[in-house]
Amino acid sequence: MSDIRHEAEAKQNAPHKPPLDPHLKALENEAIHIFREVAAEFERPVMLYSVGKDSSVLLHLARKAFYPGRVPFPLLHVNTGWKFREMIAFRDKVVADYDLDLIEYVNPRGASENVTPFTHGSSRYTDIMKTEALRNALDAGKYDAAFGGARRDEEASRAKERIYSFRTPDHRWDPRNQRPELWNVYNGMIRQGESVRAFPLSNWTEVDIWRYIQAEDIPIVPLYFAEKRPFVERDGMMILAEDPRLELLPGEVRQEGIIRFRTLGCFPLTGAIRSEATTLDDIIAELETATVSERQGRAIDRDQSGSMEKKKREGYF
Amino acid sequence: MTVSATAIAEVLPLEEPARAIRDSRPLRLITCGSVDDGKSTLIGRLLWDTKAVKEDQAATLQRDSSGKQNDLGLPDFALLLDGLQAEREQGITIDVAYRYFSTDRRSFIVADTPGHEQYTRNMATGASTADLAVLLVDARAGILEQTRRHATIASLMGIRQFVLAVNKIDLTDYDRARFEQITHEFKEFALTLGVKQITAIPMSALKGENVVYDGRAAMPWYEGPTLVETLEKATTRSNQTVGFRLPVQRVSRPGESFRGYQGTVAGGSVKPGDSVVILPSGMVANVTKIVTFDLVRNAAVAGDAITLVLDRQVDVSRGDMIVAIDSQPMTGRGFDAQLVALQAEGIEPGKRYWLKSGSRRQRVSIDPISQLDLKTSKWNAADRLGMNAIGKVHLTFDEQAIFDTYEQNRTTGAFILIDPDTNNTVAGGMITGRRSELGGIHKDDQRVLLSLPADLAEKLMATELFANRRQDVEVRHTSAGRAAEILADLDE
Repeated sequence: MSDIRHEAEAKQNAPHKPPLDPHLKALENEAIHIFREVAAEFERPVMLYSVGKDSSVLLHLARKAFYPGRVPFPLLHVNTGWKFREMIAFRDKVVADYDLDLIEYVNPRGASENVTPFTHGSSRYTDIMKTEALRNALDAGKYDAAFGGARRDEEASRAKERIYSFRTPDHRWDPRNQRPELWNVYNGMIRQGESVRAFPLSNWTEVDIWRYIQAEDIPIVPLYFAEKRPFVERDGMMILAEDPRLELLPGEVRQEGIIRFRTLGCFPLTGAIRSEATTLDDIIAELETATVSERQGRAIDRDQSGSMEKKKREGYF
Repeated sequence: MTVSATAIAEVLPLEEPARAIRDSRPLRLITCGSVDDGKSTLIGRLLWDTKAVKEDQAATLQRDSSGKQNDLGLPDFALLLDGLQAEREQGITIDVAYRYFSTDRRSFIVADTPGHEQYTRNMATGASTADLAVLLVDARAGILEQTRRHATIASLMGIRQFVLAVNKIDLTDYDRARFEQITHEFKEFALTLGVKQITAIPMSALKGENVVYDGRAAMPWYEGPTLVETLEKATTRSNQTVGFRLPVQRVSRPGESFRGYQGTVAGGSVKPGDSVVILPSGMVANVTKIVTFDLVRNAAVAGDAITLVLDRQVDVSRGDMIVAIDSQPMTGRGFDAQLVALQAEGIEPGKRYWLKSGSRRQRVSIDPISQLDLKTSKWNAADRLGMNAIGKVHLTFDEQAIFDTYEQNRTTGAFILIDPDTNNTVAGGMITGRRSELGGIHKDDQRVLLSLPADLAEKLMATELFANRRQDVEVRHTSAGRAAEILADLDE
């Protein structure tokens, strides 16, 4: 209680923040409504936390939704072991600063079978270290609802996903047989073993995320901002070259340049972009004139058309 | 100048489009039309011309369309929208998809719904949150039965703003007379639905004329707005002018000293000092604080997600509704509603379902009364409702239920039905009124005959109240003498 009071007092003394514009306010209200509804209707909710910008927004909204109380569910970070180092440092600071419960899950097969993005290929690696890991982690916690930061504008199969997305006991998504979702009345009725993935950011776009981060002053991983960083070029992507496990292939050279990341995943599978954007204003300006989508930097989406749908049916977020 | 001014007067809609408002909330719209009206092309065009499609997505699109390009060298827009593999394979849209685009003035959320058989349930889903409907017609085919069905469903779901997009106008050689004929026909029909706000636009989605960019070069006779201009000026729905409603989602008790009621304001506004009633208990309290993460606020309006603190210990739990003391919703065990049956098993008479409205879930039994025939717009008696049927039903609750009419409040007047056997959502419903157990003039099957002078009848029929229940009314014209005879017969 003392922490809460402290935070409330700090806010009263904080410099006056201009009110959100009606567009962001409407998106925020909708997300808070979804958070509260899921927290009230399900027995064991959990929030998937990937440390990226969407997760940062999701977490901020969760804190707003339950204020002045604590966030009433744990955060689950499915760690592949191949995340950017800065992401892990950022995660640990956020968890400490906001008094959150964090559960970290790493699929033991990663160590026991030495599954890496280099040895197993991006597709198989993702299956084991992300999709299978997520299913295991959800089963282990017996979670009946999992919040995710997916947005409908990200990818074509996501555009059809409900806000409450129903999953069978083996975590499958059946896109042809989704429950109709009318108004803002959500059907949270499930049987034992079944679960729901809930997406409070469904109606947000990438620009909305950045504008909200700016308006609300939400901390994000510094990798989103341009800086001089070491990288190698591989398969047409610029891969950050700071982790000693990254071995240079014949013909590859370590380079340096002003780069930043538009999305963050596993460092060997996430391409940087050349950018001079060092502030949120710069990023938003860059985005408004961008000619490629954000997932362009993600290796796992490129395998084939419909690859995201396939992964989702199997339980990927 | 005079000549062209006359021309405009003929082409422009009867009603002026809504004034531009400085309200940049996202506009939600639904697009509907028959299978071949070019709906996917229209949305693809909207996304393309507002630059919502990025280069890598376009490249995937080009790759997927494998040479299937239209004569303008643009990709097959339908592939952009039909995101599921089965849809791409079969070339059909299976499910509602949501799309996002924005202009300098506003952002938009489009519910793209399939045009084929299962239209009703998907349309109802998309329409439930929409502020505006874009009805697409093929300029060569004109108004079809499907167009009338879509307009009927959209208006039943509470949409009051329509855009009639007369597409493929290029294939009629930009025939102005044809456009005006279609517009006129639709407006006549729309009046029977009580819909008055219609903007008709001649367009070619394929060529991008009057979608985002104007089509003046091809259609100098049309000086009205483009589709995007119309959407920028449309109004978003608001429940702000009705009584205060807060469906309680959860009770926040982080410590002994704090007790707040969390929910999204579903109607009206609230400020500290207001007297409120907690329903269904009927207890009265005063608001002391409105708490949000950012600051303690001095007012909250419909749409705001808030935490409300009251001045006394009262028993409030999830599912209760905190409402304005001087403007309360209806409470009771019997209500009338219209509903759309969404699943193959339909709605069975007497079966007990779960009803969820706002945060409140309770048991209800359903008695179907009649079903709307979308061909004739007549309500025919029915005792069960099949998939996609729109019906009128009686709701009977075990415990007190709390509602406004859907007409007054699109949140506290709306509900879904959940089948307890499958847990699936089987219907979406809209409350039309509370059922009185007293009989008299309100008794279910009682009718009242009025004999009125024609001018007075016309005025009455023009009112919104009347238009909303137009389907309940039978109207005949006759002479004063004959009317007197009929009434005299009844008295015997």
